[in-house]
Amino acid sequence: MAERKIRVLVAKPGLDGHDRGAKVIAASLRDAGMEVIYTGLHQTPEKIATTALQEDVDVVALSILSGAHMTLFPRVLELLRENGMDDVLVTGGGIIPQEDMDALQELGVGRLFGPGTVTGDAAAYIRDWFEENRMDEDG
Amino acid sequence: MYGMEGMLMSQVIDTDAPTAADLERELERKRQEIVELEARLAGWRATTAGAPQRQDTDFTTVSGEPVRALYTPLDTRDDDYLADIGLPGEYPFTRGPYATMYRTRLWTKRLFSGFATAAETNERYKFLLAHGTTGLSVAFDFPTLMGYDSDDPLCEGEVGKCGVAISSLADMETLFDGIPLDRVSVSMTINGPAIMLYCFLLAAAEKQGVPFEKVTGTIQNDILKEYQAQHAWIYPPKPALKIITDIFEWSAVSAPKFNTISISGYHIREAGATAVEELAFTLKNGFTYVEEGIARGLDVDEFAPRLSFFWDVHNDLFEEIAKFRASRRIWARHMRDIYGAKRPESWRLRTHAQTAGVTLTAQQPHNNIVRVAYQGLAAVLGGTQSLHTNAMDESLALPTENAVRIALRTQQILAFETGVPNTIDPLAGSYFVESMTDELERQAEEIFAEIDDLGGVVAGIESGYFQARISRSARRFQDEVEARSRLIVGVNSFQEDDEPDLEILRIDESAAEAQAGRLAALRERRDGGAVEHALGALTAAVMADENLMPPMLDAVRAYATLGEIRDALEKVYGRFQEPVAF
Repeated sequence: MAERKIRVLVAKPGLDGHDRGAKVIAASLRDAGMEVIYTGLHQTPEKIATTALQEDVDVVALSILSGAHMTLFPRVLELLRENGMDDVLVTGGGIIPQEDMDALQELGVGRLFGPGTVTGDAAAYIRDWFEENRMDEDG
Repeated sequence: MYGMEGMLMSQVIDTDAPTAADLERELERKRQEIVELEARLAGWRATTAGAPQRQDTDFTTVSGEPVRALYTPLDTRDDDYLADIGLPGEYPFTRGPYATMYRTRLWTKRLFSGFATAAETNERYKFLLAHGTTGLSVAFDFPTLMGYDSDDPLCEGEVGKCGVAISSLADMETLFDGIPLDRVSVSMTINGPAIMLYCFLLAAAEKQGVPFEKVTGTIQNDILKEYQAQHAWIYPPKPALKIITDIFEWSAVSAPKFNTISISGYHIREAGATAVEELAFTLKNGFTYVEEGIARGLDVDEFAPRLSFFWDVHNDLFEEIAKFRASRRIWARHMRDIYGAKRPESWRLRTHAQTAGVTLTAQQPHNNIVRVAYQGLAAVLGGTQSLHTNAMDESLALPTENAVRIALRTQQILAFETGVPNTIDPLAGSYFVESMTDELERQAEEIFAEIDDLGGVVAGIESGYFQARISRSARRFQDEVEARSRLIVGVNSFQEDDEPDLEILRIDESAAEAQAGRLAALRERRDGGAVEHALGALTAAVMADENLMPPMLDAVRAYATLGEIRDALEKVYGRFQEPVAF
């Protein structure tokens, strides 16, 4: 069976310019065999949701180091749902306190990764999610 | 005893230069010394060749540069002491920008801080001043860094989060309420909208009755590294460089004590660059600003003395010290020999330093206190003029007051308990440090040539050269950490399962609400006609390619907001589009 590639949108929402993590993660997911689209900086949640739809991605990975995660994650989640993409995994990372990670997971955001993450762990998490949630539909 | 007397006698008699025979003897002695050292070193290599080596490191610097087990005089024999090292305060300034360094004045303990609203940050500044900080350094929130008003819809969720929100002169007046701007120097980390915030500060000083020529401080104003690494830009490179040159030109006459730029390696390094990339990219950016000034017709000696620098201080102690030393020598050489500067003040590189935020770990965060202390030590051994020490909890959130206090105390312990500042450039003459200083200079020159081949810094930005190189180095470091060829305590070694929670600072949405209210009230209160008139005059000055400082100050005095001023320029200049790659 030819396994299709997992499509991931790595996005930088808001005004935050810290893209070291986003680029390292994008490159390592690509090296892990995924199809990666990186948005570049300063994206609005609307723009991210539109791109996710256009690119038909399985996963949206947001990188936020600006402290605005409690606004931006829920907003992207909501817009994706409005676009009918409720089956997309929204994950990500940044400087996010544990209790905020917990609160975001309650809202339906996936696992979030903080400083010191091994990139392989993020790739494995996405692959596991994909196998559990997408393999059936792709047959 | 006899030999000793004979020597003294000959010195007394020999009042002129040594004779040819003396020199020949001295040369022969040196020659013998080198031959013997080479032989003994070969012996040492032979006996140590099979010695077991530790497997937990590959013996490279944090930048990946190989470090040998031993350095000797053979590694520095090409150094000419007077030409390459010299004395502090003298060309080429390898040993320090000032003649007496910390014997006269310790470095400025300048803590970067800002959060929520101007009123809340004003309280933090008063707290810092009361605890012995000697200069202020403003951290702005992302909306301000990008030139947006706090009530712009694009700023949702970001107001006051990563710094203080400043949208107009009114906010700046509140920020420095009760802080005399002729006595406290203010550094502002602001780049894309640097000219706006500079005008806010100058106008706030004016309101306090402080004339422009008495205002001391620094604006970062280094747009080139924004495109390369930090990414808080507004306009494309060419108009952005024009604005910076306007600031140089205006300030040389009207605000001569103000540092009009802080050419920054910090963000380049934090984004992933190696030490030599930080060094070379930053100095090359500096040369680019100098070239812009000269192209404007300014006398290099008029503006070069106000240029200042800002380095990151990473974990590798000796590499960092060598970087500071090499930076001064390279800057001096280029300023004198290539740009024709005549004044020593133009050759002298003065710098601020900040410990590397990127080295702080979220795991076992108390360990960060120790990392910061070692990094602070490197900055002081490197001869910095001012220092920010990070707080231990900044890998988790903006720092609490307690964490900031420890960061400040770290500097005070360094200054008053360790004895480190007692003598100038104590590592000069270290075979290792001198050889590393030379090597960094050599490698930086190679990178300068590479950038020249690309067509210069702006061409390199447009083609994504800097961004790609920085990302590549970031990836290399990450790979080393994951492969455990580089150990980070608490991250890939010595981990603990159960970590106690650390109290962190939380910024709620009240800052955004307060700012929206303040802006609405300001727009109500001010003379709308005057604002419109001033903004029109500003756009006209942009189109006429005039110096923007005078019309910008007028707009600021009329309480035009940051976003309004941004738009007045953007109408003509457009905005920068990032070349996206990873």
